Amino acid sequence: MTAAVEIIASFLAGLGRAQFFLLNILGGVPAALARPRLVIQQLYMVGALSLIIIVISGSFIGMVLALQGYRTLVRFGAEDSLGVLVTLSIIRELGPVVTALLFAGRAGSALAAEIGLMKATDQLSAMEMMATDPIKRVIAPRFVAGVIAVPLLTAIFCVMAIGIAGGHAIGVDLLGVDAGSYWSQIRSSTEIADIQQMLIKAGVFGFTVSWIAVYQGYHAAPTSEGVSRATTSTVVVSSLAILALDFVLTAFMFR
Amino acid sequence: MTTPTPQADDVLVRVRGLSFGYGSRVIYDGIDVDIPRGKVTAIMGPSGTGKTTLLRLIGGQWQPGAGTVAFDGTDVHQLKRRELYTLRKRMGMLFQNGALLTDLNVFDNVAYPLREHTKLPESIIRDLVLMKLQAVGLRGARDLWVSQLSGGMARRVALARALALDPEMVMYDEPFAGQDPITMGVLMRLIRTLNDALGLTSIVVSHDIQEVLSIADQAYVIANGKIAAHGTPAELRAHASPWVQQFLSGADDGPVSFHAKAPDYLADLMGAAK
Repeated sequence: MTAAVEIIASFLAGLGRAQFFLLNILGGVPAALARPRLVIQQLYMVGALSLIIIVISGSFIGMVLALQGYRTLVRFGAEDSLGVLVTLSIIRELGPVVTALLFAGRAGSALAAEIGLMKATDQLSAMEMMATDPIKRVIAPRFVAGVIAVPLLTAIFCVMAIGIAGGHAIGVDLLGVDAGSYWSQIRSSTEIADIQQMLIKAGVFGFTVSWIAVYQGYHAAPTSEGVSRATTSTVVVSSLAILALDFVLTAFMFR
Repeated sequence: MTTPTPQADDVLVRVRGLSFGYGSRVIYDGIDVDIPRGKVTAIMGPSGTGKTTLLRLIGGQWQPGAGTVAFDGTDVHQLKRRELYTLRKRMGMLFQNGALLTDLNVFDNVAYPLREHTKLPESIIRDLVLMKLQAVGLRGARDLWVSQLSGGMARRVALARALALDPEMVMYDEPFAGQDPITMGVLMRLIRTLNDALGLTSIVVSHDIQEVLSIADQAYVIANGKIAAHGTPAELRAHASPWVQQFLSGADDGPVSFHAKAPDYLADLMGAAK
């Protein structure tokens, strides 16, 4: 019983610390934006370097959706709707969720490990002793870069999955769905609201994953076990948070 | 404490009744330390006595449980964050492994505090950085990355960085740990000559006794949360306490026993000491 209370108490305390930390980060954001070079550097690290995994995953997920969707649709003679099926599944759900999960694994873990190691090697302390705030110089630029990167990566993921290599390649080029009906059906049934919702989801996920990653790194125990634990919990906590938030957001968006 | 208190103006850092602990573990139990201006002060003690902790307390990174740390008359722990940062520009600190920023090269590491705190044009920053690097003998290493430096070089670059803002005081955390004799000699000479040439005040935390005593003007020996001994190197060498003598000479047996507390050896072997 007391053990359960302790677990809940430490969970709540961690949540409180994380929120307090978030306020600190947000306070450091203007300073980070005042030095765009730092943000751009981090945008390259977390965004541009994640491109390959996003492009490849997007293509494969689009291809699989097209294969599966075609098998079902062709039974009803509705294979012209393949584009709609792929597009709505990707834009509404798979695009933001899978991109965020991949981002957590590729960039979130790297962020946590980097910050944790900077802490373990006293770099953050050294900054403090040089009278520069590590929140402004290290944490906020990485956080901002993550928040910007995820919506951009999600858009690229969707384009790859629907058009260039995914659904289009399988549906139109391989299975012989008419290209005109593939695209026109997409145009007629996808609304601007779908794309807005995709971007909202992607923004929320980017915010959450970046927050979790910098928090885990900054609060890692300054040892090799501590850094490895921070990396692992970044991926685990982020993944759970993404899936749970996706449910909540979807429930609100499609009332 | 029987510490003879020097004249107020001569003391840059005055520590009074300082207590600190992690949880139930007591690191400091009401210690008094005076760091005289313009001198090299050594802080020595067995491993795990919290010598580094003292530097972090002086730098205001950690809060003491009780007591005060005054830097040039200002209580470090009463300051607001902004004031503390202003004060820290007057202190340099050399961390044990250098703590260089790994995403910058040598030049940019030394330039970092200048770029953060001054609006100097790049040409002047370049000159200043090269002067600091020249002082530690690494002007030729300006383009290297941190991963390409040896441990001793990393410490010298970190020293150049600590000196970048022309601080009044430099704190050295275990500057000699794990260094070969040549590097050790270089670092010793650097600490002493920079202290005298730049009019610095230096605090050197170390347990390389002979090395640190050879460059220090005065030394504190800390053990079990207290000041065990204090004085000039000559006074310490003549200290009456057998513990201090054992600590300075590094004898394996004495007041600090070689063996952990155990029942009688013979009885233990014969199985009688259950």
